[in-house]
Order: sequence, then C-alpha cells, then structure tokens
Amino acid sequence: MSADVLAVAEHRRGDLRDVSLELLTAGRELADETGGDLHAAVISGDVEAFGDRLNREGVDAVHTVAHGEEFNHDVYAQAVTTLIDEFDPAYVLAPNSVNGFDYVPAVADRLSIPLVTDVTDLAVDGSELTATREFHGGKTEGTVEIAGDRAALTIRAGGWPAASGNGDATVEPFEVEIDESAVRSTVTGFEEVGGGDVDITDADVLVSIGRGIREEDNLDLIFDLADAMDATVSASQPIIDNGWLPADHQVGQSGKVVTPEVYIAIGISGAVQHVAGMKGAETIVAINDDPSAPIFDIADYGIVDDLFEVVPALTEEFAG
Amino acid sequence: MNVLVAVTEAAVPDDEFEINGTEIDEQYLTYELNEWDEYALEEAAGLAEAHDNVEITTVTVGPERAEETIRKGLAKGADRAVRVWDDELAAVDLLAPATKARLLAGVAAQEEPELILAGAQSSDDSFGATGVALAAQLGYEWAAVINQLELDNDRGVATVHRELEGGVEELTEVELPAVATIQTGINEPRYASLRGIRQAQRKPLDVHTPADLGVESVASPLSLSELVEPESESNVSLFEGGAERTAGELAGVLREKGVEA
Ligand SMILES: Cc1cc2nc3c(=O)[nH]c(=O)nc-3n(C[C@H](O)[C@H](O)[C@H](O)COP(=O)(O)OP(=O)(O)OC[C@H]3O[C@@H](n4cnc5c(N)ncnc54)[C@H](O)[C@@H]3O)c2cc1C
Ligand SMILES: Nc1ncnc2c1ncn2[C@@H]1O[C@H](COP(=O)(O)O)[C@@H](O)[C@H]1O
Repeated sequence: MSADVLAVAEHRRGDLRDVSLELLTAGRELADETGGDLHAAVISGDVEAFGDRLNREGVDAVHTVAHGEEFNHDVYAQAVTTLIDEFDPAYVLAPNSVNGFDYVPAVADRLSIPLVTDVTDLAVDGSELTATREFHGGKTEGTVEIAGDRAALTIRAGGWPAASGNGDATVEPFEVEIDESAVRSTVTGFEEVGGGDVDITDADVLVSIGRGIREEDNLDLIFDLADAMDATVSASQPIIDNGWLPADHQVGQSGKVVTPEVYIAIGISGAVQHVAGMKGAETIVAINDDPSAPIFDIADYGIVDDLFEVVPALTEEFAG
Repeated sequence: MNVLVAVTEAAVPDDEFEINGTEIDEQYLTYELNEWDEYALEEAAGLAEAHDNVEITTVTVGPERAEETIRKGLAKGADRAVRVWDDELAAVDLLAPATKARLLAGVAAQEEPELILAGAQSSDDSFGATGVALAAQLGYEWAAVINQLELDNDRGVATVHRELEGGVEELTEVELPAVATIQTGINEPRYASLRGIRQAQRKPLDVHTPADLGVESVASPLSLSELVEPESESNVSLFEGGAERTAGELAGVLREKGVEA
C-alpha cells in the first residue's frame, strides 16, 4: 500500500516558522515508509515565497492557498479539509503549536480521522501507524496504536531536524472556495507581552524558579541567591500566572527563549513548554527533589534535594 | 445564560512509580482537578458574578472516583454537575479526544450552553484537543489557548486573547455560541470556602451513560500498546550528599564557569 502524506506549514507575521521545515522531515520519513508522496501546503500570507521555501529535498508537491494574511482557524480548517478531499493523503501532519491546537482537532473531527497530538516519533508496520508521545508531563512515554489507515498528527517542535536541500517539487496554487459564512472568527491584531526593565535574554547567568518555591514570600531566597551570584532571576509560567514576577520574566514557549551561559532551574519540573525556552543554555543546572523530573534529562549538573536546603547553602557559598 | 465547563480529573504520578502493562500502578497515582480546568471554572464563576442569570454546569467523563473532584468544582461555584460513564468506557485504555468530545457534545446538546469552557490541556494525557473537537462536534465557533475573555452578549461575540508562542498574543473575536480552551494565568482561581464546600454536597450531580446521551459507540480509535518511563538520554552529573556538600561542589563548578559575585 502506498499512502501519501500532507504537511501543513505554519507562519506568523511574515515568517515561516522553523517547525514547518521539521514537518517536512517527519513527513518524508513517513512517506518513505509507506512508499507514498509528500505534499506540503501553505495557507494565507505570502504563499509564493513560503511555497518556494517549502520546496526542499524530498518534497513532491507544494500547494499554495492564497487567502488573507494571517492564520484564521476557520479558513485553515476549510482549506485543509479541501486539500485532503482533493489529494487524499492518508496522513496529515501539522505543528503541535498553539495554532495547531486551534484547527487540527476541527479538521480531524470533520473528516472523522483519528488525531494524535504532540508526536515525537512515528512508525509504520504494514498499514498500521503507531505514534510515540509523552504522558504525565513527560514522566511516561506511550506508544499509541492508531486504528484505520488515516490519521492527523501534530508534531513536537524540535523532534525532527529541519529539511534541507533544494527540492524539485511543483509549487502550484490550489484554489479553495472559502465559504465566508462559515468564517465566524476574526483576528483583529497582535499584542506583545509587556516589557519591563529586565531583559532576561541578555543575562549570562539565570537563576530560574518554578512552582517548587510554593509561596511568594519564599522568593526572597531566590533573590538572595541571584544577588550573591550576580545573576538575573527568571521563572516558569506558574510563577508568572500567580503574579509573583512580571510576565517578561517567563522562560518558555509562550515566554522568552534564553541562551545564557548558565541556567539554574530550581523547583522546575522541565515541562516541554518550559524546556523550549532554555534548552539552548550552555550549562544547565537543576535543583529538584524529584529524581524523575524531566528537567534532569537535559541538565548537565543536578542536585536531587530540597531546594529549601540547597538554595541557602549555595547562597552562602557565593556570599560567604 | 448556560455555561458548560468540561472538567477532568488528572492522574498525577508520585515521584517514584511503577508501570504495570500500559498503566501506572494505581497505588502511585493521586487524582487532582486538572490545573487548566481550575482556571476554566474560575472564569465561569467570574462570568456568573459579572452577568445576570448565568448557570454553570460542569461535565466530566469519568468513573465514580471522580465525584470528589467534581464536588470541588461545585464548591468553587458551579451550580450542577453531570458525569458520564459506563463499563464499556472503563474498559477503554486511551480515550481519544474525539470520543470524549462526542460524549461531552451529548451533554451539551441537552444544556444548550452559550459558552463552553475547557482547559487548554489535561496534565496527564495532554492532547490539547478535546475542547476544539467538542466545538467541531457541536458546530460551535471556538478559540484555543486563551488568556483573556470578554463576553459581548449584545453583539453575540466573545473577544479573546490567544497566547501564542514567543510572548505574542493574538486578539480574536469569535461568534457565540463558542467553546474556549483556557490557559493558566487567565485569572486567579479561588479557594473553595467552607460554605461552598458544604453547599457543594447538596448540589445536583447527575450520572448518565453514553446510551442516555444517544452515543452508541465509545470505541476509541487510539490504544496504548506500550507505556514506559522514557529512557533518559541524560548526561547529568549529580552531586550527592547533604546540602552543604552538594552546594559546595556545585559552587565549585559554577565558579569554573565564571559565575561569581
Ligand atoms: C500552550 C502552553 C504554553 C506554555 N508555555 C509555558 C512557558 O512559556 N513556560 C513555562 O514555564 N511553562 C509553560 N507552560 C506550562 C507547562 O506545561 C508547565 O505547566 C509548567 O512549565 C510547570 O512549571 P513548573 O515546572 O514551575 O511547575 P511543576 O511542573 O509543578 O514543577 C514543580 C517542580 O518543583 C519540584 N519541587 C517541589 N518542591 C520542591 C522542593 N522543596 N525542592 C526542590 N524541588 C521541589 C517538583 O518536584 C516539581 O518537579 C505552557 C503550557 C501550555 C499548555
Ligand atoms: N474525561 C474528561 N471529562 C471532561 N472533560 C475533559 C475530559 N478530558 C478532557 N476534558 C476537557 O478537555 C480539556 C483538554 O484535555 P486534553 O485534550 O486531554 O488535553 C481538559 O482541560 C478538559 O476541559
């Protein structure tokens, strides 16, 4: 059986997002296993320029759907549904991103195809597809068997290398008659999350605090440590959600991407959305009392212990 | 106005646990109201305070055990709760978002809510998909991963901020009725008051089977063939001993890297 794959790219405010090229690699691997073709599609924005960039080695066809500038989930859902009707791919790949969350489940539902999100690996055995993904915040990993011969899959960013090389795909416009009466949402603009006076992306040393700190008053421990080390304080999302630090201190997918020389994660579990923002740090240190916390998978140095013991001792080392 | 809140109970493993077959051994699990759903509940409670005649119903696909969690939702301001379950569901090892959405849609069809709130994700399965799948089932409009919500009932729209990657928010208007999937940080979830907890015991909690809702098959297209603790590719050097010793050794390494006051 040969089964085709459709990879739907993502872009925002004029830029093709990196994960779009990673999708192509995942898509090519899958198409190789099924003996099928890899189609790429891009919807809205400067589709011609995006289409050319998607024309990488291993891509058999690129479909460009011109309609508006930015992502709109109603438009995407209609366009992808129409693309699937026309090209009949067995597997549809999209990024596991906030916009992926916003239209892929709708497409899967409309076409009654199974959906697996946040996939980190794929394998085909005969005509059966299995997808690997994390459960329990990364503490377990499961192999998901998908019944039937179709699936929609969202792909974890960074899970595959970006596709490279120039392709010889046909890059062609694909006309989709968008039913405007079914477009019942309007994107009215974008807003950057407020800037404060600290730029955590500038820091050489970040002392980053997570929910393990438990109470706002305990943050003093962290400020003392940062003072003693001449470091800057950053945080995981729950700390920002609680209003304990300003939003521009947040590290991660919806916060900032930081690449300091040293990143000290204290009481942070290492959820994928956090790691997305700090895995590029030169040296990663984790202080966490849970030995199975995923943060230890990416840390260079670690202490498995109570932060309320370790942090004051570490402050002492530098202050003393 | 009816507001429906999809509430799930998340399985949280202990620091150390064992896996039996494709499940974590029950003795290592605690069940909690899913973090994202706490924010969804609070958002609904806030709407009930800001607008007249808001009735909040929670809906949960889950076993009897989940009633403790469901009562927590009732204590935090929901008026009624619905739970959906039967033996056939209990036998499914991985409930696909579409399967859950079909059951939730069965309840929504009875309640006809103007607004449905779900969490952006569950902390155990983390599909991040059930809310939007539910909207698609119902033919409702939707918005995923929102950290701000305002209702304009006169115009029949909800204005939302969607939390995108990289510190950027998307401002969007969606027509009602709609499903919104709620991101943490959208509000400050309240603690249940003692009075709330007492009242919750008397609030209605109806239990339905899928068949009651007209859902004939709960077959899930997904199943788990394996569940493991991920193999760590980690090269971490762990410092061991008491805090003074580990802190001293870490400080030594950090100084080598140029960290100093
Ligand atoms: C769309 C989306 C976007 C997101 N974006 C981001 C983002 O940009 N940034 C981000 O950080 N998160 C983000 N998240 C949230 C993310 O999924 C996690 O919920 C979050 O990162 C968890 O933060 P945490 O590690 O501080 O808390 P937890 O996961 O609760 O971890 C706390 C850790 O502290 C440890 N601990 C507890 N007590 C102690 C102690 N006494 N001593 C030592 N250790 C202790 C625990 O073992 C645990 O590992 C996003 C989620 C979604 C759905
Ligand atoms: N079993 C369930 N019962 C009720 N609501 C659920 C259930 N599972 C998921 N949900 C809702 O869907 C959201 C996202 O879950 P998920 O798609 O599993 O990440 C949760 O935050 C809940 O609001």
